[in-house]
Amino acid sequence: MTKLRESPSQTAGPYVHIGCMPNAAGIGGVFPADLGAEMVNDQTLGERMTLILRVFDGEGAPMTDAVVEIWQADANGIYPGGEQGDPNFTGWGRQPADQEGAFTFHTIRPGTVPFADGRMQAPHVSLWIVARGINLGLNTRVYLPEDAAEHAADPVLSLVDPARRETLIARKGNSGYAIDIHLQGAHETVFFDI
Amino acid sequence: MSDTGPFLPRDRVWHPAALAPAYRSSVLRSPTKPLVAFPNSLSETSGPAFGHDMIGPLDHDLIRNFAAPGESALGPRLIVHGRVVDENGKGVPGALVEVWQANAGGRYRHKNEGYIAPLDPNFAGCGRVITGEDGAYRFLTIQPGAYPWPNGPNSWRPAHIHFSLFGGGFAQRLITQMYFEGDPLIPLCPIVNAIPDKAAVAQLVATLDMENTAPMDALCYRFDIVLRGRGQTLFENRMEGA
Repeated sequence: MTKLRESPSQTAGPYVHIGCMPNAAGIGGVFPADLGAEMVNDQTLGERMTLILRVFDGEGAPMTDAVVEIWQADANGIYPGGEQGDPNFTGWGRQPADQEGAFTFHTIRPGTVPFADGRMQAPHVSLWIVARGINLGLNTRVYLPEDAAEHAADPVLSLVDPARRETLIARKGNSGYAIDIHLQGAHETVFFDI
Repeated sequence: MSDTGPFLPRDRVWHPAALAPAYRSSVLRSPTKPLVAFPNSLSETSGPAFGHDMIGPLDHDLIRNFAAPGESALGPRLIVHGRVVDENGKGVPGALVEVWQANAGGRYRHKNEGYIAPLDPNFAGCGRVITGEDGAYRFLTIQPGAYPWPNGPNSWRPAHIHFSLFGGGFAQRLITQMYFEGDPLIPLCPIVNAIPDKAAVAQLVATLDMENTAPMDALCYRFDIVLRGRGQTLFENRMEGA
């Protein structure tokens, strides 16, 4: 069987919002709502969680033109889509930055899901970041600060240089969990080849 | 072939490198440390699903989906179609395809865009479709124009349409750009040239498809897209006696 080659990636460019979130970009009337804007409703199971991300370039400037997507399990550790998943949870969110560069997701705390070899992973949210200047979308994860015991046993974190693991762990703030993503520099975030 | 198993590894030499200095924006936006690889878990092999019922009747028609009643967007009318398949050649059904583009004059409808070419009041530049059972998709639009951008002193993007693709797993997420057969700006573009292999660039060039035009109405371009395929699981290998 001849294997085809994956279509090569190109940058999402500075106007990605036109296609991925036209309403947020000020283009009304084409789609009723932006996909990924709402992840939960009143019936969603689990502990509500606000996740605020900021993304910085190599000079520490906030990247206000980026788009961030998240994908996560429901409160029981089930990924949406199957019969056993929470039907009131999408698992997937997509947000633009506000004027201060914050990407805000209103979601729930994820349950634990197994790794490929059956070991349990610590609760985490998968991230995908695209923007002008990013030629291939960047994959990373966010873990939560209360789960230190699980972090010590997490199969993915254990592959990361201990000195860099902190780049993947959110901090608890006044309005929810917050994490800064640095594309370069002393605090460069760990990115994954998945 | 499993519909839920791990994905074949991504060939990151085939894709553009994170740092492509001739594309100036990549200089401060490219990670400098190596990526950390790990085997796919459910977190990577699963992904959001979108139903056909989400798609409105004009979502695929950029000529009319922002136009006033009885009006349509200005520019050469096009049908763009193709198939979304995986690396094993299998059609990807139910894949959400989102597209965005400039108008016929190369102007985007975006607050950060300052190009002198005017907006078209009947054109927004966004559309979406979900692939059918065989992975096929089709949308209607107008030929986008080339436009200048502040990279070098005289940089122009080739005419292009941006594509965002969802397969069945989050690790399949892909954003790319479609170019048009014969455009002399393609080999001059530093964003295109961030892709090292000319065969990979050729995969992003749509071909004129005269067999599928709408006579007296619209030209047609064909653009097939390949997403990551799933590898065989150990279980399947055993079943095949491999």
